[in-house]
Amino acid sequence: MTETLKPKDAAQVLEAVKWAAGEGTPLEILGRGSKRGFGRAVEPGLGLDLSGLSGIGRYEPNELFMTAFAATPMAEIEAALRQNNQQMAFEPADLGPLFGGDEDRGSIGGAIACNLAGPRRVKVGAARDHFLGFSAVSGRGEVFKSGGTVVKNVTGFDLSKLLAGSFGTLAVMTEVTFKVLPAPEKTRTVLVLGLPDAAAAMTMARALGSAHEVSSAAHLPKAAAGRSQVSYVAGAGRAVTAIRVEGPGPSVEHRCRALKELLKGKGEIEELHSENSQALWREIRDATLLGSANGDPGGRQVWRLSVPPMAGPGAAEALARDLAGEALYDWGGGLVWLAIAARPDAGHEKVRAAVAAAGGHATLVRAADEVRARVPVFEPQAARLGQLTARIKQAFDPKGVLNPGRMYEGV
Amino acid sequence: MRMPEPDAGVIARRAEIVAAMRAIVPGEGVIADADELKAYDCDGLMAYKGLPLVVVLPETTRQVSRILKYCDANQIKIVPRGAGTGLSGGALPMADAITLGLGKFNRILEIDFDNRCVVAQPGVTNLAITKAVEHAGFYYAPDPSSQIACSIGGNVAENSGGVHSLKYGLTANNVLGLEMVLMDGEVVRLGGKHLDAGGYDLLGVLTGSEGLLGVITEVTVRSLQKPETARALLVGFPSNESAGNCVAAIIGAGIIPGGMEMMDKPAIHASENFVHAGYPLDVQALLIVELDGPEAEVDHLIGRVESIARQTGAAYIRVSQSDAERLVFWSGRKNAFPAVGRISPDYLCMDGTIPRHKLADVLKKISALSEHYGLRVANVFHAGDGNLHPLILFDANNPDELDKAEKFGADILRYCVKVGGVLTGEHGVGVEKRDLMGEMFTEDDMKQQQRLKCAFDPGQLMNPGKVYPTLHRCAELGRMYVHHGKLPFPDIPRF
Ligand SMILES: Cc1cc2nc3c(=O)[nH]c(=O)nc-3n(C[C@H](O)[C@H](O)[C@H](O)COP(=O)(O)OP(=O)(O)OC[C@H]3O[C@@H](n4cnc5c(N)ncnc54)[C@H](O)[C@@H]3O)c2cc1C
Repeated sequence: MTETLKPKDAAQVLEAVKWAAGEGTPLEILGRGSKRGFGRAVEPGLGLDLSGLSGIGRYEPNELFMTAFAATPMAEIEAALRQNNQQMAFEPADLGPLFGGDEDRGSIGGAIACNLAGPRRVKVGAARDHFLGFSAVSGRGEVFKSGGTVVKNVTGFDLSKLLAGSFGTLAVMTEVTFKVLPAPEKTRTVLVLGLPDAAAAMTMARALGSAHEVSSAAHLPKAAAGRSQVSYVAGAGRAVTAIRVEGPGPSVEHRCRALKELLKGKGEIEELHSENSQALWREIRDATLLGSANGDPGGRQVWRLSVPPMAGPGAAEALARDLAGEALYDWGGGLVWLAIAARPDAGHEKVRAAVAAAGGHATLVRAADEVRARVPVFEPQAARLGQLTARIKQAFDPKGVLNPGRMYEGV
Repeated sequence: MRMPEPDAGVIARRAEIVAAMRAIVPGEGVIADADELKAYDCDGLMAYKGLPLVVVLPETTRQVSRILKYCDANQIKIVPRGAGTGLSGGALPMADAITLGLGKFNRILEIDFDNRCVVAQPGVTNLAITKAVEHAGFYYAPDPSSQIACSIGGNVAENSGGVHSLKYGLTANNVLGLEMVLMDGEVVRLGGKHLDAGGYDLLGVLTGSEGLLGVITEVTVRSLQKPETARALLVGFPSNESAGNCVAAIIGAGIIPGGMEMMDKPAIHASENFVHAGYPLDVQALLIVELDGPEAEVDHLIGRVESIARQTGAAYIRVSQSDAERLVFWSGRKNAFPAVGRISPDYLCMDGTIPRHKLADVLKKISALSEHYGLRVANVFHAGDGNLHPLILFDANNPDELDKAEKFGADILRYCVKVGGVLTGEHGVGVEKRDLMGEMFTEDDMKQQQRLKCAFDPGQLMNPGKVYPTLHRCAELGRMYVHHGKLPFPDIPRF
């Protein structure tokens, strides 16, 4: 078993990274470990377990921000926000169950490092859009910070954007500040039943392109819909297209009516109220409708494709056919979760060709270690972009000690 | 304010450089005549001027690539320039640098309603993007007051905001993709019509990079459907404190208005005298709060905001009854800068951001500083997100007034940082705030940012002398001293 270090504060993180850089010893940066299976599978280095850096530092509801130590559990943050009727509007997915783990085990640092997002991505953005500032230790063994606690800030390069989605390969974040927003008073979901994928994409485009401030639009083909815990969805017996509206009560009711009017004639229409809506959007957010790793008899591999919304169904249908898989669409069709029968190459050549044709990128989210060791997990980069990526890594972590290889070979 | 010493060797090679540029960009795209160069001697920060070595106005990405390749090979600096409306001197020319203007990149390349985006060349104005899609009910959300003139490329380079950014985000939240040319002439594409570019978020890094990392030659932005309706309240207060409290109370109530702007008494008077928007003149502070969305929501929220305003001591409340009236409310705010320009020969526009609850406190400080320096000041700001624009009035013909105005501005920004804010909310650091960076960042913080620049531009030829107070050579920044030894932390638990 590999060893793990458990620093209790930022000063000890600094000490650990300095030492690792001196020795050239790779570190595996762990928040709470819920997403260890996310990224390329590499020889695990010495663990750097950040769970000692936990707790909410400053939470100022009226200033719409919270500062927390990097490994603060998401559940703790969400509970604090709920008390003030606030939320992380980017609705970070909880990928634990998808990887066969428990729910609610993630940390805020992990959510940011993986640039998580949820169904509301289309309206309010991802972690990157809500990440205001941080304090971190670079692979050089130096403490540095960037950003602040205010939303409008263009002072210097936006290193928060760079660290969001860098999978711990550039720096170890010790403390993060992010934007929080009022939680909606009310949520409703309009369901359109029985649409084929391509027609669903058009319908979602109509809804998202309307003035009704749709906050999310997803499409669940029949099999995925059938796995929902929400009886209206599972019981539909066919594909379900879901359109969410949120906000103050009177507004939500009005928009819900307007959407039903707009989508009249596309298919049979149903409506979900707050509780059912929450349950459904959580299932969509966490991609659990594809079946969890444990519950999934075939142990299917899962890809996540980000493409232009109108190109989603075309790409996904062909891949589902060729790779014996099934798709689930979020972001109006722009996010495709694709579960395929496990194969040693994860069908990566076909997936990448489809994504190249559509424009976008694909990530192999779930597959056995030996597959993720061989198959590029993240979208391979064109030559010059790859060189830029390597140079940025060099600028932050010249000895290559922070999660080396987690994103790209040699990075 | 000191700029790096111009390289006499480069200036001596001017004729040769001009000829090389003419070989790449034919016709009138190369400007070398001293009179014509004057049109490019500054950006919107007119206190600093200087002539560029030469101005080049390419029309294609290929030309940009060839220009940069030449400059890289010949160690010639370049200053990217959009429409030149920047307020921090980001496009300030240098005597030994080529100003690379993107003005001829002025075409909208694609409008894609189904995927809700627009692909445009960087020289297209911010407003032109909205104009291109508004017939179908769409618009481009970030709306800087300079939107008739500023370019979308400049917006990306500055991460510009506007009155609608409170609810709809800054440029960074609305850009999907871009094409850029690196200093060595290589063309790189990031993102596209999909969300999240994949890999390191270079799209996010380029946004707000002030022309230091790459020349942006194409931009893909999101277009949004216009809200069903919008209404605005004009609310007057007897004090800055009560106006500040009202702002905090609205946000505290969970309401995020489409826009929430504040003006102080001098700004109200200057604007009213200029555009006659019907602003009350007997109040100390004025708020414009715009609610947008479905009719039902707007009506509901107007009522709530009105009652919050009363509770926080509003002395004057008017609700727009028509779209025409709403636009009149805005006309004063949107013209506040030129209005102030009429009452003073010159002004400096500051741009700090502060925590909202410090509004009244910071205004008090500004007014004390105004007395101390003997210079008038008018305040307008994006109150909803705490972004202040104090306008410091001075007369550049009076030699020490510029100096005083700059010191005054620096004191304001220092105070912004002191109360938990930042130096610049949307105008960028440029040359204007460069020497104040140390107020916010340690030497290590800045060095790490500069290492990022080195990854893009190891020769530091792209817009040097901007943003960072000290230029370090990339080789020096990359050096690392490592300590070898035993795992030195008996305290750190191991498993
Ligand atoms: C009256 C007035 C009102 C304003 N109001 C606002 C406001 O409400 N909100 C706001 O945010 N700003 C505002 N500004 C500031 C300014 O308009 C913005 O910063 C704008 O984005 C600058 O765009 P530009 O095309 O003029 O860029 P420029 O001034 O030409 O350049 C700005 C910076 O961007 C770089 N750059 C420009 N184009 C490119 C490119 N294609 N590739 C790489 N780098 C490039 C330049 O090197 C420079 O560093 C205002 C300015 C004025 C004069």
